[in-house]
Amino acid sequence: MIAFLIKRLMHAVLVMFVISVLAFAIQDNLGDPVQQMVGQSVPESEREAIRERLGLNDSFLVQYVRFAKNAVQGDFGDSYFYREPALEVIARHLPATLELVFAATLIIVIFSVPIGVYSAIKPRSPLSRLFMGASIIGISIPVFLTAILLIQIFSIGITITLFPESTSWGAWLNGLLSTEGNMPSFGRGYNLVHVVGHWDTNLATWNGLQHLVLPAVSLASIMLPLFIRLIRAEMMEVLQSEYVKYARAKGISMRRVYFVHALKNTMLPVITVGGVQIGTMVAYTILTETVFQWPGMGLMFLDAINRADIPLIVTYLMIVGVIFVVTNTIVDLIYGFVNPTVKLTGKPA
Amino acid sequence: MALLEVSHLDVRFALRQGEVRALRDINFTLERGERLGIVGESGAGKSVAAFSLLNLIAKPGYIAGGSIKFEGQTLNTMSERGLRKVRGNRISMIFQDPMMTLNPVLSIGEQMVECLKAHRRISTKEARAISLDKLRQVQIPSPETRLDQYPHELSGGMRQRIIIAIALLLDPDIIIADEPTTALDVTIQAEIMALLLELCEQHNVGLILITHDLGVVSQVTQRMLVMYAGRVIEQGLTREIINDPQHPYTQGLINALPQMATPGEKLNQIRGSMPSLSNLPSGCAFHPRCDFINRADGQPRPACTQQVPEFVESGNCRVACHMVAEMLEDRRLKEETR
Repeated sequence: MIAFLIKRLMHAVLVMFVISVLAFAIQDNLGDPVQQMVGQSVPESEREAIRERLGLNDSFLVQYVRFAKNAVQGDFGDSYFYREPALEVIARHLPATLELVFAATLIIVIFSVPIGVYSAIKPRSPLSRLFMGASIIGISIPVFLTAILLIQIFSIGITITLFPESTSWGAWLNGLLSTEGNMPSFGRGYNLVHVVGHWDTNLATWNGLQHLVLPAVSLASIMLPLFIRLIRAEMMEVLQSEYVKYARAKGISMRRVYFVHALKNTMLPVITVGGVQIGTMVAYTILTETVFQWPGMGLMFLDAINRADIPLIVTYLMIVGVIFVVTNTIVDLIYGFVNPTVKLTGKPA
Repeated sequence: MALLEVSHLDVRFALRQGEVRALRDINFTLERGERLGIVGESGAGKSVAAFSLLNLIAKPGYIAGGSIKFEGQTLNTMSERGLRKVRGNRISMIFQDPMMTLNPVLSIGEQMVECLKAHRRISTKEARAISLDKLRQVQIPSPETRLDQYPHELSGGMRQRIIIAIALLLDPDIIIADEPTTALDVTIQAEIMALLLELCEQHNVGLILITHDLGVVSQVTQRMLVMYAGRVIEQGLTREIINDPQHPYTQGLINALPQMATPGEKLNQIRGSMPSLSNLPSGCAFHPRCDFINRADGQPRPACTQQVPEFVESGNCRVACHMVAEMLEDRRLKEETR
């Protein structure tokens, strides 16, 4: 177990190294950070001085080695824009993103498992067909479009006058299809509860949760259909297996056959895919956070790119790399726990 | 009344290309403690027969007609709830491949305890005690440690012992064993078969043994059915059928046993192969492979290619063959004229 974690730690270091090199390599193509910092009116000589002071005139190798030396000691450099340590800036934005990803993951888990299982057990039922059709649409619509649609429907509101308003049934149908549009669509709200350090949470107040709903739903909209289909496909395969037939022949209840015998085996590949997807979702937050102006890492990263804030960009990419490694490690631990045939370490049985 | 009475069982598969009749007009009975063998080539419908007894055939298969009566209850029309009380409890099953039968993510103990708890109101502790007792009966080495082990930690032979133990958990009346030794090492096959036979005798459990091993059938069972293309073509006392097979197909099967061949010569075989159920030959389904299609005068018997043979009684056996029917008829005529 310890050996496994140490191995993963080395993975993380390797990943961070590779990402930092790649991120550094593209910095010349991101534009001139000095221009973003000081604006048009500052004379060229002064700009050159700032460049010199920031070490931007040094060769790639010198810059990288300097960065790496500091990074090993936990100093990832100062953000050009915020004028404070990049790590500090990220730490301030991280909780918002993690809460968003957590909420989206929760939505995915709560809906994908029952829907996936149902449509595997009853593949021909109209409801299953509806789910499958809807999931194709869900996968096809890009996140930002879903987000804008959600804002239109639930924040701005839509008024439907398709049916004759004069009749009572028409008015009723119109009322049923129209939405009021009182859901917040912007930022995290002001009712945040401070937890610890930089972590203010949306999860503790009704207002905070309301702010979280639309961004979380739109972030989940891409992965949810994917997971429904994945769970359905895996479950249908497992239901054909000999051990499911055998479980039925033992006379145990169908509920137990489905939810113990079949689901546990179904979840094995789903857990693996899920681990990778949680990392991917952190990356997807860039789109969602931009549409909803959610003050998390994704929005921060997009701003950093616009400002050519290289230390912040590099640090962000490295942190996302670490998040990938960490989630994968956690997933592998869970996998080892669920699947008895897998042993994480070569410990004697 | 027999313990199990199967009459006119008809199983079909509703496929896109049309309906396929997997079993036609299967009739047999099983008495308490009796052992019945069902033999035939792959694709003859043996496994379908086994699964249909507990109404476990997967869609698109379904029981289209006939009845399966167990202690007077008709299983094929029973509710799923009622069937569940019979499955694993009064009639249990042993599947072909022990590597695939046990759920890989559940411990042996869990898989035994759940079966007991589904049929009896007992505590987990009691269920584990019964499970342990059954594991001892199947002579598994160090049974205490097995309950907490997972299937992948055990060999094929051990897994099949565990499946036999699960089959015996609730002291059933009948065990249906679908090729219980086919997937095992040859050296272990005999061991497992002997164990199964011993436990069935000891507990007076009826056994329906599905196999293509005629040697095993002759050692273990009292009566047998020979199946071909979804139909029983010969049934009766095992001893009589093995010693004096009537149907050309049964004769072919017995001739094909290695011990029937002359050393140094090729093994005997039945030419051709089992027809597809969706495209059966006319008349007797076996006629394209049959060596006895010609009459004594050298002319082919028209009935063989035109008419599905009816059962005729020959001694203690029932045979569905025109040639045998003709022979018996000739004999009867001769005796009458005498």
